[in-house]
Amino acid sequence: MLELQDIYFNVKADDAKKEIINGISLTIPDDKLVVITGPNGGGKSTLARLIAGIEKPTSGRIILHGEDITEMSITDRAKKGIGFAFQQPVKFKGIQVFDLIRLASGKRISVSEACTYLSAVGLCARDYINREVNGSLSGGELKRIEIATVLAKGSVLSVFDEPEAGIDLWSFQNLIEVFESMRKNIKGSSILIISHQERILNIADEIIVLKDGKLTAQGSKEEMMPQLTGTSSAVRECSMLSGAKEVR
Amino acid sequence: MIQIDEIQKRLLKEVADLHQVPEGAYNIRSNGKAIGRASTANIDIIPKENGSGIDIRIKPGTKNESVHIPVVMSQSGLKELVYNDFYIGEGADVVIVAGCGIDNCGPEDSEHDGIHRFYVGRGANVKYVEKHYGSGHGTGKRILNPGTEVYMEEDSSMEMEMVQIKGVDDTNRTTKAELANGARLVVRERLMTHGEQTAISTYLVDLNGDGSSADVVSRSVARDTSYQKFDAKLVGNAACSGHTECDSIIMDKGRILAVPGLEANSVDAALVHEAAIGKIAGDQIIKLMTLGLTEAEAEEQIINGFLK
Repeated sequence: MLELQDIYFNVKADDAKKEIINGISLTIPDDKLVVITGPNGGGKSTLARLIAGIEKPTSGRIILHGEDITEMSITDRAKKGIGFAFQQPVKFKGIQVFDLIRLASGKRISVSEACTYLSAVGLCARDYINREVNGSLSGGELKRIEIATVLAKGSVLSVFDEPEAGIDLWSFQNLIEVFESMRKNIKGSSILIISHQERILNIADEIIVLKDGKLTAQGSKEEMMPQLTGTSSAVRECSMLSGAKEVR
Repeated sequence: MIQIDEIQKRLLKEVADLHQVPEGAYNIRSNGKAIGRASTANIDIIPKENGSGIDIRIKPGTKNESVHIPVVMSQSGLKELVYNDFYIGEGADVVIVAGCGIDNCGPEDSEHDGIHRFYVGRGANVKYVEKHYGSGHGTGKRILNPGTEVYMEEDSSMEMEMVQIKGVDDTNRTTKAELANGARLVVRERLMTHGEQTAISTYLVDLNGDGSSADVVSRSVARDTSYQKFDAKLVGNAACSGHTECDSIIMDKGRILAVPGLEANSVDAALVHEAAIGKIAGDQIIKLMTLGLTEAEAEEQIINGFLK
């Protein structure tokens, strides 16, 4: 369980103080998939980065399983069980997919073990295991590899920052399946996804709406979906694609 | 039976991945003397009459054979200049593994200057691997100044992998190549310097024949207060294509000078150069930290990958 207690995060912009996160308190319970949605620029990604330790809050506390992790480094938080998938996966030079999955797992693993994580995100493992994690991979491929690293790491809280960003529509279909499968095996952990895709919201247990750095609404999927559908907080994937599928 | 001590064994493993006497043709040089040599039916290793080095003669059509010519030095203060000439016959396809390891525990500088000349016959394929390594805690420097000359006949190809990752204090490497029609040269250089080391690497590739091509790529890391200079010049004298690239990571107070150069003397020469120097990207470190690595471990993995 993760608790955020009265989190503020300010940045300086043109000598003025800008509030990005403005007094947020919330709880991510165990065994739950929680989606944070809301308009662009509302502070969603910043909140995810504060949880992973990439940014430090100006004030407030972050508690993981009863332990205050506010001052902990990114590394220590990762060791405590926080996984983080970047909105824009990082590219490397020379580091191969296998290297990244091995590092994520934190131990020596065989190629076949590494392949199971790639298969889990819908990649034909044999074709990818020796590829470099660089610009030769498409946005969708990088995204799935990013998610595979989070799976390989094995986290008590996995945070995904806009997993749908920068991927093509076909990859998006597969991505939903990946999250649905993670949802089934959630026991003993929790998942936090930053997203405004309706289909991702649909697999949530709980939905939180963030706007102007403040939590504006929170509730179960059943409570929240009626009020979100059709707004920028619950965007449908390309209607053309859905339409094409229906015609067939 | 070759007698070598533990230090020499370790050096041999570092520079040539050798745990024992290699198969095929070999010449092992230790502290200024050949301590083992073997020729095969197709590959002759012949010492030069004046004792300045060896000639390696590979018969035309030799396929899938290898030549190992490692050099190890464990005696402080030794300085040597060696000429090794390779004559690769028409249509041969061989792997040549060179490399030099110096362990200097004494106060005097140790230096090995190896001049390798390759005469690559028509249609021959050569893969050349050269690793340089230094160790030992002496105050004497470990110095390696390799000179490589490559003369490539029509439709021959040569792939050179040159690696210097650790422990060489001072290196000044020059590589020259001349390519005839249809010849293809690929160079992959990997270099890491640390402490107060300096490394200078100079390439001059003359693309003299129509259809010839060269691809010279260096990846390097300069740490501490070390200095590197990468100077690669491709000269296009015919309808040829050439690409040179220097990609460097700079750390601490390291310094790097990249001088990619192109000269086209034919309207049909297509030449490209790229050079990039920068520190490790912050998001790469952060990504690995989110997987549980410390900042130092993350840096190490990024560098290992970069130089792989």
